[in-house]
Amino acid sequence: MADTKLVGQNYQTPDLLAKVTGKSKYAEDFRAEGMLFAKLLLSPVPHARVRSVDTSAAEAMPGVRAILRASELPEPADSVTDLGETIRANPKAERALTDEPVYAGEAVLAVAAVDEETAAAAIEAIQVEFEPLPFVVDPIVSLRPDGPNAREEGNVWGRPQTAPGTPPGPLEVQTLKWTEADFAEYDQGKMPMGKPQVEWEYGDVEAGFKSAVLVLDETFSVANNQHHVLEPRTALAYWQNGKLFMHSGTQSAVQTVASISRWLRLDPKDVVLITEYTGGGFGSRATGSVQCMIPALLSKKAGAPVMMRITREEEQYIGGIRPAVHGRVKAGFAKDGRLLAVDMYTIGENSAYEAQGDAASGSRFVSLLYQPEAMRSRAITVLTNTPPRRAQSQPGGLQAIMIFEPVLAKAARKLNIDQVVIRRLNAPEGKAKLGPANREGQRGYATSSFIKQALDRGKEVFGWDERKARSGQRVGSKVRGVGVAVSSFVAGSVGFDGLFVIKPDGKMYIQSGVGNLGTESVFDVHRVAAEMMSVPWENVVLAWGDTSQNLPWTCVSGGSQTTHAMSRAAHAAASDAIAKAKEVAARTLGGSPASYQVAGGRVSGGGRSMTLAEVARKAVELGGKFDGHELPENINKVTATSATALAGQGLMGVARDTYPRDGTSFSFVAGFAEVEVDVETGAYRVVDYTAIGDSGTIIHPRAYHGQLMGRSVLGMGHALAQKTVYDQHYGLALATRMYQSRPPTILDIPRNMKGEALNIPDPETPVGARGIGEPPVAAGACAILNALSDALGDDVYRRAPVTLDTILMALEHGRPMQEPLTANI
Amino acid sequence: MDMSHDDAQTTRVTPNGVSRRNFIKGVVAGGVAVSSAAYLFRSSPLVSGQAARAGSVERLLTLTVNGQSRRVDVAPQETLAMTLRYKLGLTGTKLGCDRAECGACTVLVDDVPRYSCSVLTHSVRSKTIQTIEGLAAADGTLHPVQRGVLEEQGFQCAFCMSGFIMATVGYLKKHPNPTREELAHGVSGNLCRCQDYDKILTALERGAAISREVARG
Repeated sequence: MADTKLVGQNYQTPDLLAKVTGKSKYAEDFRAEGMLFAKLLLSPVPHARVRSVDTSAAEAMPGVRAILRASELPEPADSVTDLGETIRANPKAERALTDEPVYAGEAVLAVAAVDEETAAAAIEAIQVEFEPLPFVVDPIVSLRPDGPNAREEGNVWGRPQTAPGTPPGPLEVQTLKWTEADFAEYDQGKMPMGKPQVEWEYGDVEAGFKSAVLVLDETFSVANNQHHVLEPRTALAYWQNGKLFMHSGTQSAVQTVASISRWLRLDPKDVVLITEYTGGGFGSRATGSVQCMIPALLSKKAGAPVMMRITREEEQYIGGIRPAVHGRVKAGFAKDGRLLAVDMYTIGENSAYEAQGDAASGSRFVSLLYQPEAMRSRAITVLTNTPPRRAQSQPGGLQAIMIFEPVLAKAARKLNIDQVVIRRLNAPEGKAKLGPANREGQRGYATSSFIKQALDRGKEVFGWDERKARSGQRVGSKVRGVGVAVSSFVAGSVGFDGLFVIKPDGKMYIQSGVGNLGTESVFDVHRVAAEMMSVPWENVVLAWGDTSQNLPWTCVSGGSQTTHAMSRAAHAAASDAIAKAKEVAARTLGGSPASYQVAGGRVSGGGRSMTLAEVARKAVELGGKFDGHELPENINKVTATSATALAGQGLMGVARDTYPRDGTSFSFVAGFAEVEVDVETGAYRVVDYTAIGDSGTIIHPRAYHGQLMGRSVLGMGHALAQKTVYDQHYGLALATRMYQSRPPTILDIPRNMKGEALNIPDPETPVGARGIGEPPVAAGACAILNALSDALGDDVYRRAPVTLDTILMALEHGRPMQEPLTANI
Repeated sequence: MDMSHDDAQTTRVTPNGVSRRNFIKGVVAGGVAVSSAAYLFRSSPLVSGQAARAGSVERLLTLTVNGQSRRVDVAPQETLAMTLRYKLGLTGTKLGCDRAECGACTVLVDDVPRYSCSVLTHSVRSKTIQTIEGLAAADGTLHPVQRGVLEEQGFQCAFCMSGFIMATVGYLKKHPNPTREELAHGVSGNLCRCQDYDKILTALERGAAISREVARG
């Protein structure tokens, strides 16, 4: 888009004034007449069967209005995809309450009472008899021949064998154990590599290793990390005229209606979700939280609104955790640094619920970022009795890149090649390939990649050469080091809908189904439509955050999809409205539609002209497709319902994104860090950081900067301090509050970080924009890890985070002193 | 009920057969006390029973919040955050952790930033309390720090925002001309999980600059 007035410009988002004045309402800020409060009873043990429950004392308490047990929850319902495909419900999926808790801290039952104190007192008065069951918190322990299983049925998800040509069987828990021989090298800190669940390969890996001048074989572990959303997953629910009204945070206003209706077995038209503001998601509430069922069902039972405030401790249990991944990489390099072959094995930990695919999905980002000539990937995901694993910013990609980047840094040192040079040499370019070949023998590829330009620009902005010249020099007890890292993640989906109406008042009423997590994409993407319609931004009225307001089918704001997917949908809706406006003008003023242009708030051509307000009035007169009484057939039924409700009010723009896309959209980041380590104490600080993003056209620079820098700092937390560990004896999480798994504070980061975007349009999307939420994460984490090894050498750490005791012990003993494979225990 | 307590800030809870609940209803009807339901510590018999124990403190007190005198029924164990949010309807103050870890609940007590989740309401009876809702002038003119945030599009999800803004307003009262580094230390008791610190600091610095412009006239 050339000569833009809105796209690429800063502006004040429509929600910001409410935020700075304290008027913005998150779920816990709503009040309802006669509102009750809910409290949860949590399992004190990691795996047990509830033998008996005595609620008599609680029920006798004045003020107690309802008690909800797991047996009262509806059975999980099947879901139907857009393509009409039925996805069978997993009977062992995570539910809101359970009589077989599979992690300590899981909710067993809930009480609603007139106030929170009464509800808490009632919880205390309920007697539950738990029968303890075997448990395991370490995935590698569970893989041992005699290792315990997280569930009675086993320790991995799988599907039963079916005859060739028949559909795969339903997911089930199976048992997978490795042999004693597989663990032969465990005591040397080398990750065992037994039978995998997922395996792929391209090229000749063994030939690559044979022709390599350097072959490294490294084990590295990435610890697990809580999402720590600042707004816990509090929810308020009530029923009116058979409809459920839910106030709760989510990463998708529109798609959360589908999940709530599935959880509660309601017709989606009977669910209204109010979610104008959400206090962080980071992947942990993609389509809401299953726990929001609890206040909904308690409300139905008690006949009153129910507020379920979630405490920080409860959030730590139920909120979600990025899975730890143990990795082992064998990598072969040519003399010039070219990556010839990679053999990568990853073990992912999981809760006893649905598999989080991080271990299995991460390696393809390694194949994209470093373009090895041949690669083999193996992965397994093991169930443990620990809290639910959920996607977290750059899921899988972060861990795989964190496992691989230190290997590349070590190789560059051994081959005496500059760290920027070796990454540039192996970098993808254009429609670069990734992953294994499909059934037709074709490998997938990116829509575009400009990581080489990002490395070049970052080298300049960061001052790589000057900083490198002083790295390794000791001044007093301090030594500095510099690190660079590259990162990538998927950055956009396709096929969603745009919807707006230009009314006779001349204003453009845009319906936004995007969740409002603060990335501002809920507003930013619609600047595209306003720009195309030549409507000044002050004449745009945006509806968002309330599903009764007729919102269109929209992507989930996860996996950096939104900017790409919804800018395409906005473009499609605006193109639809422009075509209609031209036709309206031609019918009204004469001439052919093609002779008209939309510009300056008018539709003009051949000396004739009418305002968009006049077009809107005329569209209502003409009816049919012009004002939404006739709709395109390919739009989603959610959009069709919303558009029908808005029909007859003006000129409607409504369309599905059907633009072609050749390849899969990925965004890239190059990150550069300088650290200063005190070798007497092991403490270190990040002196400076620069990130250069390659994610196509920038729609809103300030929001982009916030994402680029903010997600970089999230990644830094993975290098600096943040992790959760589990006590093996009792199976309990040792981080139940923020300070025990410390995310970065404002003092942990450099004071003047620099972030830039290449701003090169992606050729495969009409607006040119891709997402940026995920790829900064691994860049931030790995630039610091690599800067540490630049300062201190290769023999310091073999797992992240790298804390001062890691450094101090390694420097004292001259070798890494922490076992990588015990990172989560 | 213990009636020995004598404090000008506290209304004596009624003796002689008039229930505390009815008394408060009467006060509410008279428009004197805050009328919103005392949600979290509503007078269920369970809680009333506790309040009636010997040695308990008086519950009806006067708070000075955002320049207004507010009469409010406060349980002995009630934190300022809960009073503000559930009794006074000031939900701009957020609860992120309820244990002084995150700073989302920061308000000013006598111009000093305090974690309102960790301050008992009874301890601030004679003090001046300011929340995010009280920052803008009566005519809607925003505080310079609010303006700085608007100008720079500071913060993302903004659940931490009111805490950060109040911490900054408090810090600037004593340090009107901070460097970026000093300002970072000034708000280091506040956590942002979007980790938007870089943009936040730019916005708060802008707010500090506007504050100085305003002070100069």
